[in-house]
Amino acid sequence: MTTTDSTQGDRALATRHDDIEVVPLRHWGRWAAAAVVALLAASLMASLARNPNLEWGTVGDYLFRDFVLRGVGVTIMLTVVAMLIGTVGGVVVAVMRLSANPVLRAVASLYVWFFRGTPLLVQIIFWGFLAALYQRIQLGIPFTDLHVIDVSTNAVVGPVVAAILALGLNEIAYAAEVVRGGILAVDRGQDDASLALGLTKSQAMRTITLPQAMRVIVPPMGNETITMLKSTALVAVIGGKDLLTAVQTVYSQNFKVMPLLVVAALWYLALVSVLSVGQYFLERRFGRGHGPGGSQPGLAQRWLAGRKGA
Amino acid sequence: MATMMDHERDGAQAPDEAMVRATGVRKSFGGTEVLKGIDLHVRPGEVSCLLGPSGSGKSTFLRCINHLETIDGGRLHVDGHLVGYRQRGDKLHELKASEVAARRREIGMVFQRFNLFPHLTALQNITHAPCLVRRVRKEQARAEAEVLLERVGLGGRGGAYPAQLSGGQQQRVAIARALAMKPRLMLFDEPTSALDPELVGEVLDVMKDLARDGMTMVVVTHEMGFAREVADSVWFMDDGIVVEHGEPAQVLGSPVHERTKAFLSKVL
Repeated sequence: MTTTDSTQGDRALATRHDDIEVVPLRHWGRWAAAAVVALLAASLMASLARNPNLEWGTVGDYLFRDFVLRGVGVTIMLTVVAMLIGTVGGVVVAVMRLSANPVLRAVASLYVWFFRGTPLLVQIIFWGFLAALYQRIQLGIPFTDLHVIDVSTNAVVGPVVAAILALGLNEIAYAAEVVRGGILAVDRGQDDASLALGLTKSQAMRTITLPQAMRVIVPPMGNETITMLKSTALVAVIGGKDLLTAVQTVYSQNFKVMPLLVVAALWYLALVSVLSVGQYFLERRFGRGHGPGGSQPGLAQRWLAGRKGA
Repeated sequence: MATMMDHERDGAQAPDEAMVRATGVRKSFGGTEVLKGIDLHVRPGEVSCLLGPSGSGKSTFLRCINHLETIDGGRLHVDGHLVGYRQRGDKLHELKASEVAARRREIGMVFQRFNLFPHLTALQNITHAPCLVRRVRKEQARAEAEVLLERVGLGGRGGAYPAQLSGGQQQRVAIARALAMKPRLMLFDEPTSALDPELVGEVLDVMKDLARDGMTMVVVTHEMGFAREVADSVWFMDDGIVVEHGEPAQVLGSPVHERTKAFLSKVL
């Protein structure tokens, strides 16, 4: 992006000197680098295309099979539900962390500490094997035998529910930090003005602070969503019925490991690309009226940045 | 402006009818005492200007009046009510947050840096609090806001966002926003200090207009001309105390205290 801008700049500059010819600076290094990259890329492509183990035909056969599409559906569902839980919970935990109430602050800090301090994979396995800890889920009056709810853990927390719990509860901790940063970025004078007008603290938070914090919160939450989409693959370890689980189930029987992994990778790439484009437009919307116009990174840059993150 | 004056007075009145009465008000930040016993009173309908060098505690005292800061000692009454507390016998009970918010609704405040809500239009800035906390109907709040915008010389600009307005225009919207709550008292915290010199006049004009209508105002300012012309009383503060006070002509014209003289010789 910047290269084209600067060359255009050079040309614009050159035209202004109409009395003498201006020779723009030649960037020989760039041409050399481009040639090396093109050569490497071409040889990699050729080796992949010619490698019989990749079975591109098989990839094509499986790409839109029912079990793959069902897996894609579960992956999307897990992403959406976990991000919903994470965002709503994250706002609650963030507000708790900024509360004047020391009990709420401590509980929120403990929550973030625990869920950020243990690996997501460990949390997923934990929820997957919850029945090993509690055979039955009971809800009633503590320290008595009175129960309102009493069900078998395995009947309620299947692999998908365990996956949602693990991803959602983990995301709350990360989202809480993002939201907290957004709230802290809002000018303190906004609080003064709200309180001086007679708003209560919660009214000020809901109607003044959080809407302004959105501008700071949305871009990193877009990243969180992209990360979440890829993290859903981890639930394959508990048979979470997602895209990776689906292809694993099949390649464990027909041993077409590579083609099926390529099928999954192509789907992940496609989904992340869609999210990256969505994030670009979200950022543009929430950045309105702030900062100089035209300083936003281009769509292509955004897309490449998203892929690099993948 | 008549509506602002004939509010029902609820609860006990202080015997002296002062709108603001401070006796020995103290306030510390960390180990630093910024208010060292402020004695001050403002009668209803009066314009009082607080003058003095930066760091003398003027703004802090102003923020104490609507309980944006809590005081550490002394007594502060606004409109007959103790600020932030309720006295029962010989004990002061802290007010609930909702009670503090209810008291603040009777006090308008205008800030040095305007503090308009940037995500709302000028009109929405004005109608937000009346709709949310006074439960005024939207159409009515909007109609009242249009009148207020007209009054501060911004009729028809209600759709503009704060970023699209000049500093002077923003501050006038901020005044209209405070007036929309129909306050009995208006606090101004250096309302023209963040403005380009050529925009100061338009804000001061709105404030003069307000003073003429009988609004009770406490104004922290460095605008000596405004104090001389509009104020009923000026209070000169230095280092956390009121050094001297009186009518503007007297305090500004023939100050008694050395510190007042020194300050005025620099700013006039």
